[in-house]
Amino acid sequence: MTEIFGVPTQALFGQLLIGLINGSFYALLSLGLAVIFGLLNIINFTHGAQYMLGAFCAYFLLTRWGLGYWWSLAIAPLAVGATGIIIERTMLKQLYKLDHLYGLLLTFGLALVIQGLFRNQFGSSGLPYPIPEALTGNRNLGFMFLPVYRAWVIVASLVVCIGTWFVIEKTKLGSYLRAATENPQLVQAFGINVPRMITLTYGFGVALAALAGVMAGPIYQISPQMGADLIIVVFAVVVIGGMGSIMGSIVTGFGLGILEGLTKVFYPEASNTVIFIVMAVVLLFKPAGLFGTQK
Amino acid sequence: MRHERIAFGVMLAVFALAPLVVYPVFLMKVMCFALFACAFNLLIGYGGLLSFGHAMFLGTAGYAAAYSAKVWGFPPELAILFGTLCAALLGAVTGLLAIRRQGIYFAMITLALAQMIYFYYLQAPFTGGEDGIQAVPRGRLFGFIDLGNIWAMYATVFAVFFGGFLLIYRVIHSPFGQVLKSIRENEARAVSLGYDTTRYKLLAFILSATLAGLAGATKALVFQLASLTDVHWSMSGEVVLMTLLGGLGTIFGPVVGALVVISMENYLSQLGAWVTVTEGVIFVLCVLTFRRGVIGEIARLIRRPL
Repeated sequence: MTEIFGVPTQALFGQLLIGLINGSFYALLSLGLAVIFGLLNIINFTHGAQYMLGAFCAYFLLTRWGLGYWWSLAIAPLAVGATGIIIERTMLKQLYKLDHLYGLLLTFGLALVIQGLFRNQFGSSGLPYPIPEALTGNRNLGFMFLPVYRAWVIVASLVVCIGTWFVIEKTKLGSYLRAATENPQLVQAFGINVPRMITLTYGFGVALAALAGVMAGPIYQISPQMGADLIIVVFAVVVIGGMGSIMGSIVTGFGLGILEGLTKVFYPEASNTVIFIVMAVVLLFKPAGLFGTQK
Repeated sequence: MRHERIAFGVMLAVFALAPLVVYPVFLMKVMCFALFACAFNLLIGYGGLLSFGHAMFLGTAGYAAAYSAKVWGFPPELAILFGTLCAALLGAVTGLLAIRRQGIYFAMITLALAQMIYFYYLQAPFTGGEDGIQAVPRGRLFGFIDLGNIWAMYATVFAVFFGGFLLIYRVIHSPFGQVLKSIRENEARAVSLGYDTTRYKLLAFILSATLAGLAGATKALVFQLASLTDVHWSMSGEVVLMTLLGGLGTIFGPVVGALVVISMENYLSQLGAWVTVTEGVIFVLCVLTFRRGVIGEIARLIRRPL
């Protein structure tokens, strides 16, 4: 068996793959957080719960109505995004004039409510979700076996991330969005409905979280707590990348996923903590984050 | 000032007389958490810094006190001191990192650092992992007071709580506290007045961490247990809830908040996850309609700070 740095290549590539998968989810989730933060100035603590909602939505669609993975991929983000819009209209809207910390506290409370309700109903154990038929099986790449579903997750999240980046950075709609981030009053004066844009942005960010949840279902188990610890890692990812740039959060998400995977190979004891250590180091040398600008 | 004295007198009387009618262990728990919440409030209420990782100080001090008392045979006063020192040290290190950013970032950084500490304790050999450190001996305070006696233990917690509370009160009303408030209101202006705001924020952070540690170390002796629960992020969220419910930036608010939240947990504990749901709902209601908190509203009614 071939080895690299004294580690069997099989194990190395296996962990790299897991790293890339985790990175896909970090990127999707931190992207959603960054989009929401850009316009609303709120850190959406409910993001982890909304990711979990997406996964459960897919589970219900399958078990109650027999609608499979592909339907879930479309319906779950819309449904969870709609609940996000309701949250924004009824609650978050009232907080824009206050200290940003209240947004954090409110969304933290909402996360507790949602996760608590689901834990009451489903306990803490995980529910399985089958891999869709078209994506089962493995491909032999010569140096490793690549499960097709995992390859799909990486490609799909890359496409979604880059698509989002394209819309925000390269289209007219995106330019309105970026302008409203800089100066909402001025954009409003030009006749653009900023409050509606804010609502839709929140809905979109939440939908991204739900989409990540649907994709996570077949890989991780679906459980009420699946988003709770993940969101804290994603916060660290956001601090490392800085929330200034969309591309920054995508690159940081994938990069840290890979780094975490490599740590699992070379020094497994630190695999849980490596992202937080990177965060501490980045804070020491570049407090605004790798891609951020300090306001 | 007169209102604050009356409120303080009421609080003193309540905690001195309540054990005659209420289970003392429950009251000791309330006092430990009240001190924890007061320490947290020093940072958010007066420094404007929302820490979402304060559980790391509570838990670290708990582990340090429990370990030193059980394995090294430290007497209780030294165990508490050792735990508190460990929390202070951790506060200095994490504070240096966290105060490099403000507002929301500060909250996210403290949360992430606390999660790192949590994972460390989950794996570290001395913490006992999921079991925690159990059957911690309470020992003899100063060599002759047996803390196995519930009243001796109660008096000790009582003294620790009121000592910590008065210290915080003193700090808030000192020139240092005034500078902190000015940083909360307008940091740029405080800088322009010549204050080294970074140093003030760091000092406030360390002080808050130290007192949170004092609460954690005492709690470990009361319950003879140090466990992962005290380092988990949900504990950090709980102390935010206590302070928010009681009133951010009020002197007595965190105590009231701790009393309400701990009572709720105590009496609703058989309902399982509904406690979490209730806490979440209280969070939402507080933020949307009750931002001053219980004591904040009372203070507004009598038009005096409390």
